[in-house]
Amino acid sequence: MHPAFSVLVFTVMSGAGYGLITLMVIAHMSGLAQLQDSSTLLSGGILAFLLISGGLLSSTLHLANPKNAWRSFSRFRTSWLSREAVFAVLFYPFLLLYLFGIYSQGTELNGFFQLMGTVAAILAMVTLFCTSMIYASLKTIRQWNSALTPMNYLALGLMSGSLLLAAVQGIVAGDLNGTLQNAALGLVVLGSVTKLIYLFWIGKPQGSTIQTATGFTQASVRLLDQGHTSNSFLNDEFGYTVEANKLLRLRGGMLLLAFVLPFILLMLNSAALTLIAALLAIGGLLVERWLFFAEARHVVRLYHGDQRT
Amino acid sequence: MKLGLVVDLDTCVGCHGCATACKQWNTSGTIGPLSDKDPYGRDPNGAWLNRIRTYEVDDSPNSKTVNMPMSCMHCDNAACVTVCPTGASYKREEDGIVLVDQDKCMGCNLCSWACPYGARELDPQQGTMKKCTLCVDRIYDEKLPEDERKPACVMTCPTKSRVFGDFDDPDSEVSQLVRERAGKQLMPELGYNPVNTYLPPRNKPVVETYDVSSVKNTVKKWVNKVIAR
Repeated sequence: MHPAFSVLVFTVMSGAGYGLITLMVIAHMSGLAQLQDSSTLLSGGILAFLLISGGLLSSTLHLANPKNAWRSFSRFRTSWLSREAVFAVLFYPFLLLYLFGIYSQGTELNGFFQLMGTVAAILAMVTLFCTSMIYASLKTIRQWNSALTPMNYLALGLMSGSLLLAAVQGIVAGDLNGTLQNAALGLVVLGSVTKLIYLFWIGKPQGSTIQTATGFTQASVRLLDQGHTSNSFLNDEFGYTVEANKLLRLRGGMLLLAFVLPFILLMLNSAALTLIAALLAIGGLLVERWLFFAEARHVVRLYHGDQRT
Repeated sequence: MKLGLVVDLDTCVGCHGCATACKQWNTSGTIGPLSDKDPYGRDPNGAWLNRIRTYEVDDSPNSKTVNMPMSCMHCDNAACVTVCPTGASYKREEDGIVLVDQDKCMGCNLCSWACPYGARELDPQQGTMKKCTLCVDRIYDEKLPEDERKPACVMTCPTKSRVFGDFDDPDSEVSQLVRERAGKQLMPELGYNPVNTYLPPRNKPVVETYDVSSVKNTVKKWVNKVIAR
């Protein structure tokens, strides 16, 4: 699949934003001492707001006909993309009310604003889940059509969010909090494990082959001619191919950048290094999202000569 | 009604006539122009609703060249319609034709990702998704003579390897062909239940060849060799 940069930025940034707001609300509501500070909470909330809004704006850049984007709220009952759009918009009033509550009342919120925060945290996770289901629901791409896809999106969103939360808390308070640091360490481990399981799982050949695609299941089938001399939409969108050794190098770089280096930097107990860890992880997740697309092979490729997906 | 096509892989000669006729009809048809990007340049690109690919099946000396024209299969279980967030993609109740409302499409490409048959292509100028309409603007046109109310690809096919009809009617030509020639769906394992059906090549008797060796033939061979030099 052709990795569209706007979609990579969208999924990584909004994933980090949704993870950040969810973890922040949980930590705030459960009474974590270092988060009972309205300037930390407001910084975290505004950062999440900017990340999510930037991501959503970026996602509209890949539309070829964005003037009809408002119609994407209309098929909530069947389309995961529509559900994502609806939940993403529904999330905003709850987030803004929660932040307004902190702004006006400080950290001791009354029941109404607590409810707003809780609903915002739930909607954040629901939206992230809907984003992942856009990919996981496609039967045509076996690398995506799996429960591992939503697991990855949720785990990596929470992971980058936890790093950002620890960094924001550390910078605003000037002192890194042990609980947030441990949560971030745990989520980095969780994220790397889900990613490794995913990488292992997609390596196993399965699914449709050129035989089932053409209906000649009792003989070998080879493409002689794709019917056109220059590329088509299908070649551009689905024919995206990267050399295997480059993919391997990028996988190694991604694991290092997204998981190993942030883990090491987090262990060093410094607020500034935690911020660097969060930025490195987001960079690594951009590579991870690029690989998520580049390694996904659509079944249309079988008609263009691939023997299997 | 369940309208669709039967494609005979035995008789298709791969002339690309169906694709050309399709582009010609539909570029001024109900879904607006089928535009091209850089059509006369070095790297032309554009929206086509019909593509013909050629495969070699089995290994030499038993191999066979098969031309496989592919357009929208108008699937019974059309995931392209399910994933569409705007409601631009829809499947008609009355005849099962899958269409894209060009006024609603936002060009997100998700339907083309959901389609296993590569039936949908983004129009590079308009930014909306284009696909086979089964010439919905021909087949119901009462101003046309009755035998011309067929898709443009079916009308133009010189070897009559494309047949249009109603798969719900067991006595229609398409249903009979599918029964008699063991018609196949492509990629049935994905569960899209495509309506268009492909008739596999027939098993033809192999023509026997003889290589009679005689003194006369041997001399002839020598003479031929000498003359060729």
